[in-house]
This record gives sequence, C-alpha cells and structure tokens, in this order.
Amino acid sequence: MKTSTINLYLLIGGSFLIALILSVYPLPMSCRWWRPEFVLMVAIYWVVVLPYSISLTALCGLGLFQDLLEGTPFGQHSLGIIIVAYICLFSYQRLRNFNLVKQMISMFFVIAIAQLADNWVQGMAGRPLVEISFIYAAITSALIWPLIRYALVFSVQKLRVFQ
Amino acid sequence: MVSLYTDKLSSVRETLSPLVTPFYKITDIPGKIGQWIDEVMASPTDLQAENDTLKTQVLILQRKSQQMAALAAENVRLRQLLNASNLLQETVLIAELIGVSPNPLSHQVIINRGTADGVFKGQPVLDAYGLMGQVIEVSSNSSTVILISDATHAIPVQVNRNGVRAIAEGTGDMNSLSLRHVSANTDIRVGDLLVSSGLGKRFPVGYPVAEVQQVERDPAKAFLTVTAKPKARLDRSRHLLLVFESFRETVDILGDPPSTKSVTH
Repeated sequence: MKTSTINLYLLIGGSFLIALILSVYPLPMSCRWWRPEFVLMVAIYWVVVLPYSISLTALCGLGLFQDLLEGTPFGQHSLGIIIVAYICLFSYQRLRNFNLVKQMISMFFVIAIAQLADNWVQGMAGRPLVEISFIYAAITSALIWPLIRYALVFSVQKLRVFQ
Repeated sequence: MVSLYTDKLSSVRETLSPLVTPFYKITDIPGKIGQWIDEVMASPTDLQAENDTLKTQVLILQRKSQQMAALAAENVRLRQLLNASNLLQETVLIAELIGVSPNPLSHQVIINRGTADGVFKGQPVLDAYGLMGQVIEVSSNSSTVILISDATHAIPVQVNRNGVRAIAEGTGDMNSLSLRHVSANTDIRVGDLLVSSGLGKRFPVGYPVAEVQQVERDPAKAFLTVTAKPKARLDRSRHLLLVFESFRETVDILGDPPSTKSVTH
C-alpha cells in the first residue's frame, strides 16, 4: 500500500475519532442543546470528498457506535447519518461548487433533518420533545462548518493523501 | 431502534461498553487538570480557612452522630417491642463522576466504578445531600447512572412529616420532579420533605429525595399537581456514593463488605 493511502485511512479514522470525542465532551446542561454535530459534519465532508469510496454501511456502523457511546437507543444516530449521507451522495457535485455561505446554509438544513430524525427516535423512546430546541445544534454546526472544513482541507493537503 | 421494543440488545450494549469508557476518560482529562492546578495553586491561607471550616463541620457532625447512636439503640429497642425486623445498616462506596450523557434529553452520568468494584445494575446512588438515581448499565470499570430527574425514571417516596406515599417522576428538568396520582384531599404542603419509601425494593428507606415546591389544587382535576425540587445536587456533585445493602428481614445486619474500599456508613 502506498503511504498516501495509509495516510488517508489514518486521516479518516483520526478525524472521526476526534469528532466522537468532541461529541461526548461534557458541557453544562444549558449549553447541551448547542453542541454541534461533529460526527455528522466530518461524515458529510468525507462523503462529498470521496463519494465513490465511502460506504453507507460503514457510516451506519459509525452511527451505531455513537449510539453506544451516548447511551441512546441503537439506530438513532445511524438513521440520521444515513439520511444525511444519502442526501449528500446525491448532491455532492452541487455541494462541491457551493461557496462557503451556501455550504453553511445547506449544512444547516441537512443537519436539521438529521436532528429531526434523532428527536423522532427519542420521542419513541419516551423522552418528551422540547419545543424546537433541537434545531440549535444545526445552527451551531452551520456556524462551525468553515472551521471544520478548513481543518480537514488543511490536513488533507499537509498529508498529501491525494497524490 | 429495535432496542426500543426489546431488551435483547442490552447484552450487546453491555459487552461493547468497555469500548466506551476510554472516551469518557479522555474527555475527563481537562477537568482533572483543572482540578490539579487548583490544588497546586491553592494559597496557604485558603487551605487554612478550608481546614478550619472542615474542622467545624466534623465537630458538628460528630455531635450529630453521638445522638444518632443513642437514637439508633432506642429505635432497635422499640422495634423489638413491636416485634419488627432490625434496622438495616448499609455500606457505601465512593465513586467519582467521569462523564455526563451528551444527550440533552436524557439525564445520565458515567461513574468510575464497575463490576470490578461490585457495582450492580439497579444499585442506588446518593450524593451528600440526597438520592441521585440508580445504576442502569455496568461495565468492568465504569457504569452509567440514571438520575431521578430523567423523564423515564420514577421513584416511590413518602412525605417525611406524615408518611403519605407517592411516586415521584422525573420531568426531564434537573430541578423538578412531579408527584403522580396524589388525590385531591391528601395532606401535602409546600416545604414537605420527600424521603424514599423503599417500597419498590430498589431504593433504601429514608434517604431525602426532594422538597415539595408547589402544590396546586385544581377542582377540575382528579389529582393534585405537585412539583418537588430534588435534594441531591444532580448537576453539581462530582463525588457520589454507591449504596450496598440488603432488604433482608432477618437480624443479621451485615455480611462481608463488597469491597475493601467501602466505608461503613
């Protein structure tokens, strides 16, 4: 295997690992609704960058692991992740050509859809839905998207994984 | 989502849960460092002041426990008169919080004790101020605790003043519990202390759970609307107590303590 391929796998694995750690980092109760969906955003990035080699099954597994990590019912996060990955897989050509503001706006809608699926499962699990507060995460995710995108683009260039 | 309808997957969750512990350990590192810095940087005067307060507290608590011994003896005598079983003594194990559930809808925390320390599913958890919740998931060296304020949790309680029994349900709000099916003519007032009644055979008897904050009598409704504020500091306590005890009806009070680290309570 070429070093660049190994680097790519390391980068993908590492970025998801960091995203998972950030997704369980303790926050005060009042801020917890505002936690950006790091795992979803990293997943979207890799779907858009590598639409032909990303596997929805692997993403489903990632979602299941996130469920295990957060103690949510199995399938909650994987449902959201699969829906979002599917949408992005269909529109990756468009997403690639969007400027940053448009990307942020589409990120907001895509993550809001995932949050909706999340809350739907939570509702089935017997936890009451609190107004519209689940949309806050979509707002913060959209705002933090440029940062995550630049971090990933920077590391992709630094590690020369596509050469 | 299958796991919503069946418990079959909970064994899968339990086997895989050791994978989860390192994540919470990692996210706990910054907090640990902060604590360490606080300890190292503490000024001697602050330490002295803290030492003084602690000494005073020890004195007060010692006085209380002196009284406690006499009261306990009296209680045993009275119970013997009534031909009832002896009061049970409990051992506790101190655990430290290492993580909180990131899901804003579920009130769960992760602690640093697991099966290796004898923790079991359904074990009651306290903090210094009252009952906090119970263990719902155990792995080898960490476990998940559901707090009494979680929307899917309920605990049998009684009013300390007159022994009226009720069920306190979590509302999904850290600062309030609601009492279920309290009939309109029940004697319950604002400020009443709710203690665990031990009726579900899960929580020990007599630990403070909550204080009644609001009692609403609506003639249109069959039941009272009672809200109570949990006594335990659900969102602040870092050190928790795991209770080991048995609901044995016989006289033998304590077997071997489940762990060498436990302290007699």
